[in-house]
Amino acid sequence: MTSELDIFVGNTTLIDEDVYRLWLDGYSVSDAVALRVRSGILEQTGATAAVLQSDTMDHYRTFHMLERLLHAPPKLLHQLIFQIPPSRQALLIERYYAFDEAFVREVLGKKLSKGTKKDLDDISTKTGITLKSCRRQFDNFKRVFKVVEEMRGSLVDNIQQHFLLSDRLARDYAAIVFFANNRFETGKKKLQYLSFGDFAFCAELMIQNWTLGAVDSQVDDMDVDLDKEFLQDLKELKMLVADKDLLDLHKSLVCTALRGKLGVFSEMEANFKNLSRGLVNVAAKLTHNKDVRDLFVDLVEKFVEPCRSDHWPLNDVRLFLNQYSASVHSLDGFRHQALWDRYMGTLRGCLLRLYHD
Amino acid sequence: MPGKLKVKIVAGRHLPVMDRASDLTDAFVEVKFGNTTFKTDVYLKSLNPQWNSEWFKFEVDDEDLQDEPLQITVLDHDTYSANDAIGKVYIDIDPLLYSEAATVISGWFPIYDTIHGIRGEINVVVKVDLFNDLNRFRQSSCGVKFFCTTSIPKCYRAVIIHGFVEELVVNEDPEYQWIDRIRTPRASNEARQRLISLMSGELQRKIGLKVLEMRGNAVVGYLQCFDLEGESGLVVRAIGTACTLDKLSSPAAFLPACNSPSKEMKESPLVHPPSHGCRSTHNSPIHTATGSRLTQNFSVSVPTLIYTGMGSGSAGKEGGPFKALLRQQTQSALEQREFPFFTLTAFPPGFLVHVGGVVSARSVKLLDRIHNPDEPETRDAWWAEIRQEIKSHAKALGCHAVVGYSESTSICEEVCILSASGTAAVLNPRFLQDGTVEGCLEQRLEENLPAGCGFCHIPYDELNMPFPAHLTYCYNCRKQKVPDVLFTTIDLPIDATVIGKGCLIQARLCRLKKKAQAEANATAISNLLPFMEYEVHTQLMNKLKLKGMNALFGLRIQITVGENMLMGLASATGVYLAALPTPGGIQIAGKTPNDGSYEQHISHMQKKINDTIAKNKELYEINPPEVSEEIIGSPIPEPRQRSRLLRSQSESSDEVTELDLSHGKKDAFVLEIDDTDAMEDVHSLLTDVPPPSGFYSCNTEIMPGINNWTSEIQMFTSVRVIRLSSLNLTNQALNKNFNDLCENLLKSLYFKLRSMIPCCLCHVNFTVSLPEDELIQVTVTAVAITFDKNQALQTTKTHVEKSLQRASTDNEELLQFPLELCSDSLPSHPFPPAKATSVDYSSFADRCSSWIELIKLKAQTIRRGSIKTTVTVEKASPMGEGNFRNRSAPPCANSTVGVVKMTPLSFIPGAKITKYLGIINMFFIRETTSLREEGGVSGFLHAFIAEVFAMVRAHVAALGGNAVVSYIMKQCVFMENPNKNQAQCLINVSGDAVVFVRESELEVVSTQQPTANCQPSCTGGEVTT
Repeated sequence: MTSELDIFVGNTTLIDEDVYRLWLDGYSVSDAVALRVRSGILEQTGATAAVLQSDTMDHYRTFHMLERLLHAPPKLLHQLIFQIPPSRQALLIERYYAFDEAFVREVLGKKLSKGTKKDLDDISTKTGITLKSCRRQFDNFKRVFKVVEEMRGSLVDNIQQHFLLSDRLARDYAAIVFFANNRFETGKKKLQYLSFGDFAFCAELMIQNWTLGAVDSQVDDMDVDLDKEFLQDLKELKMLVADKDLLDLHKSLVCTALRGKLGVFSEMEANFKNLSRGLVNVAAKLTHNKDVRDLFVDLVEKFVEPCRSDHWPLNDVRLFLNQYSASVHSLDGFRHQALWDRYMGTLRGCLLRLYHD
Repeated sequence: MPGKLKVKIVAGRHLPVMDRASDLTDAFVEVKFGNTTFKTDVYLKSLNPQWNSEWFKFEVDDEDLQDEPLQITVLDHDTYSANDAIGKVYIDIDPLLYSEAATVISGWFPIYDTIHGIRGEINVVVKVDLFNDLNRFRQSSCGVKFFCTTSIPKCYRAVIIHGFVEELVVNEDPEYQWIDRIRTPRASNEARQRLISLMSGELQRKIGLKVLEMRGNAVVGYLQCFDLEGESGLVVRAIGTACTLDKLSSPAAFLPACNSPSKEMKESPLVHPPSHGCRSTHNSPIHTATGSRLTQNFSVSVPTLIYTGMGSGSAGKEGGPFKALLRQQTQSALEQREFPFFTLTAFPPGFLVHVGGVVSARSVKLLDRIHNPDEPETRDAWWAEIRQEIKSHAKALGCHAVVGYSESTSICEEVCILSASGTAAVLNPRFLQDGTVEGCLEQRLEENLPAGCGFCHIPYDELNMPFPAHLTYCYNCRKQKVPDVLFTTIDLPIDATVIGKGCLIQARLCRLKKKAQAEANATAISNLLPFMEYEVHTQLMNKLKLKGMNALFGLRIQITVGENMLMGLASATGVYLAALPTPGGIQIAGKTPNDGSYEQHISHMQKKINDTIAKNKELYEINPPEVSEEIIGSPIPEPRQRSRLLRSQSESSDEVTELDLSHGKKDAFVLEIDDTDAMEDVHSLLTDVPPPSGFYSCNTEIMPGINNWTSEIQMFTSVRVIRLSSLNLTNQALNKNFNDLCENLLKSLYFKLRSMIPCCLCHVNFTVSLPEDELIQVTVTAVAITFDKNQALQTTKTHVEKSLQRASTDNEELLQFPLELCSDSLPSHPFPPAKATSVDYSSFADRCSSWIELIKLKAQTIRRGSIKTTVTVEKASPMGEGNFRNRSAPPCANSTVGVVKMTPLSFIPGAKITKYLGIINMFFIRETTSLREEGGVSGFLHAFIAEVFAMVRAHVAALGGNAVVSYIMKQCVFMENPNKNQAQCLINVSGDAVVFVRESELEVVSTQQPTANCQPSCTGGEVTT
């Protein structure tokens, strides 16, 4: 006796959260059944393995049918085939678009192209996430990217509108899109200590302050592309380190203000010029795409690592950066105050976030 | 030209990409009605076109309005080649043709293609302007309302129930026409869909005409079926019950909707839509496996064989004066009727007087081509024959009517089994004719039938019984005789006194048969039928006893014919009726005595059976009141005392001593194990696993014993097909496979729905088909309804306390009708007459007159009050819980806009149906030539069923409704050809589109109901509200 056909269709589509998770995690039906057996469900419910198998198959089939709709979540809301309560719809979407930290760290900043897709095998092996799940996550990134990349208006809003994600998840996706578009390098060894959250935080600051959208909310790609003009202008900041008087003045202003307040004052004093050069040079280099990509590598190399090797406490870093940014306003010979604020305001936030072990 | 149909095409959305180059579609719409077609403009390059068309107007006869569906086709415009069809929408405009239903159809409809399934949606608005038609000889029957619901719909009252209407139309099946060889599958499918739609419309119109002739205005319990006879044609037939319904004018008069139908009954005295009202019983002809022989008579006259499942025998003589009187009354009402049949399964209170038992008839026919579709005489004659048979069976049971009547067919190649079954019953003539309602109100008030047991009393003459049955005095009123077991096809009457909970009982059976042709085949089948029917009955009886219960409701026996086998599947809901005697146990007897090990084995089995019975009693909370022997034993002459005295397992051990004498009259059931077959049977008896805790199941509308429904419902359809390996085709192996299939299916359902616990699967409807040699297909549709656990607990607690005695709680209700013998009254009044306390409605005279007199509606309410009372007396009984229902029932959660509920039941728990919008009757075909790509057979069918649900919901929503009640999937014919990567499926569904309002959203109407104008006893009923 073999089962040729075995289906269950409810007027309200039944969604089993546990099975959904297994499906999202890319397990095959038999693996999912094995995992469910291990969870002790048979004992709890008195069901047999055959029942579990049939149930799992059924859910998988449903999810498979829903997947097409999940690719365009508004369709899920308007479709008539599956009657699903709104709360469940939201759960389906949110879970479908959720991603693994380990996975996102692997592809963050990479071009969402076929080439990267080919590397998913390696990522799967490396992270222990099933290939199927990697593919889903990658395709989600790519799909969101494609839809919003050329859109005007706020990136987060666009993502929310077109994919109906929660605010948090939409922000994460905004970061992913932003990184993918600007191809920031995140995979270098010295960046490994950074979490996705760190990058997402930086991305949000950068979107708010450094993109076209920061100055004009009516342009295409406003939140995705960095403001080229702004990057061009950043060259002007070079005088802060190139002009020796200015640099000395800046240093003395900072040192005066921080004397006695910093545990690592002497280290700071000794390193001031190096750090300042580092930060200003990063800015000056951002005209080249290549250097934009290396932004995080540079920040870590030029600022985070030197401070860390001198064991600056985070609070000292904060005090320093605040003073460092603010003192520029007292430099009479420096005219690009607004530019400096736009640059340093964001950078300060990023650096503070990046500064940890 | 009595009607103007107006259609407006508003917009489309989610259309498929038809032009690969642009990834877009140039869509336009054709609107067709009859032979007139309109087109919209082409909306270029969009998947979400906004046509916003003008109003397309069709001026048509109302006859056409009834027959024709509105056909909307969405196409992709192509400049150079033929336009490609995207899909179609068929809209049945019938609901617009009667005034109380929908006034406009407006909404998003899925665009359906028989090859691709749903492809986007289209927004359509449809209106009808009807002109008065003065032509008396008109062919249309606009205005006659149709209901699938097999009870009087909730917001109506029955003025008269006229009776049976039937009609059938035949045609050639387009699939088998010569043209089918040259046209595409799509064209062929669409031709079929359209034809069936037309035929349904025509059928409905013709039935409507018959109703108008009878001066009715509605058809209730409308059941329409298709017989796909293959080469020989396509038959669409329908049966129903013609009624004159009155709309209850002020819905405000209703109490907030009912959790259960019982509640609704109390709403106003004028309303008696007790959808769960009546039931009847069936005396199985088989009372002891060994004792009685099969009494069916079946005439064999090849190729037409009629097999009747019920006991034969001459019509019983009039038993007593009352019966004679009653008969006279009702006969006059029913005499002129050719077939006094009613498709209703639940009745207004007082309608059902007695129930005789299940009557059924089957006939094996050979199909031949229908030569003249306009004169479908052969098919008519076949059914007439069967109905005649049913009628005579009913007569034999001393009944003049058949209720819960249904008809079905099973076709395999050229052989067709026609089946009809129903419950023989004696009805109260009040509802059957006009003008007799006047008079003797007061009398009527008192003349109520004994609540809760009247229907159990035998309608036939006890000295001339149609079949061997074991009669005792009613355990409830002690006045009348009742059979020991009652089988019926109807729902449990709302006023029935039930002890404990009910459960789904199934008998499953397979029989191999040789492949044969034509007449030889028909003969082989008809030879097998009686044996199958006998075994199905035996199984049912055994299982019923094993559950410790004594009555079956909603019995449905389906016999399916295949190439090389016959399958029988009987489903019913077992209950313990307080009025009927406690069932005896099952005794196993061996045929080979003096064999030690064998005896040991037997006694082992016996023990197992006894244990099972005990366990079941506990599980279903069957704790009948203890009855002292003098009361039941002595006053009843027991001429037929069985000589074989058997131990009865039915009583709990502490009662045994008291009940010595009564054992004698308990007809214990003996199974003789004389061969391996019988052994298998016994084993199979014990293999049925009870549902996991927290689950109950039944195939009736409501679960006897559970009243405290909460609002969560989940309707579902589950389909399984298994392939038998041809090696193991023995009857036993087949039986086991079939049994496992059904059991596993149930287990899967319980597992899937575990999040709803505590819940009950209601209206569980199994359908078996044999699509191919080695394939068995089982389709189940049911609804899971949650209920309040706290109350369930309460019940169980009550049970625990039961031993402490019931007396304490009795007084909750001030008004009790003494009809129900509360057990505490027994000890004090050892003799039956004494039991009747203040008001003895159960006395003979009262009963008698109640038959004669027409009972005013108000009387019903009183009775209902009494029902409640009764229930409280039996704490175990479910209805007692009703009193607490409202207190603990949580208000339903948000009802999201756009959600359409579907349920096979006639009501929605926790809600009130405020409007019936019309009948939904839809037929779909889906075909694929890329089966693997669509996920194999499971993926294909899963998607299709989901689409069917979607289309039903869309139509209901467009009518302005939010639910379908009495939903039924009448057909699900699935054919596959995996080698060719093809599959095809036909599905036919129907139901009633309704608007419901959540109880919590209704204003709380004061408990002062119109009922107040009747006796204070009404309060009994109101307590529950």
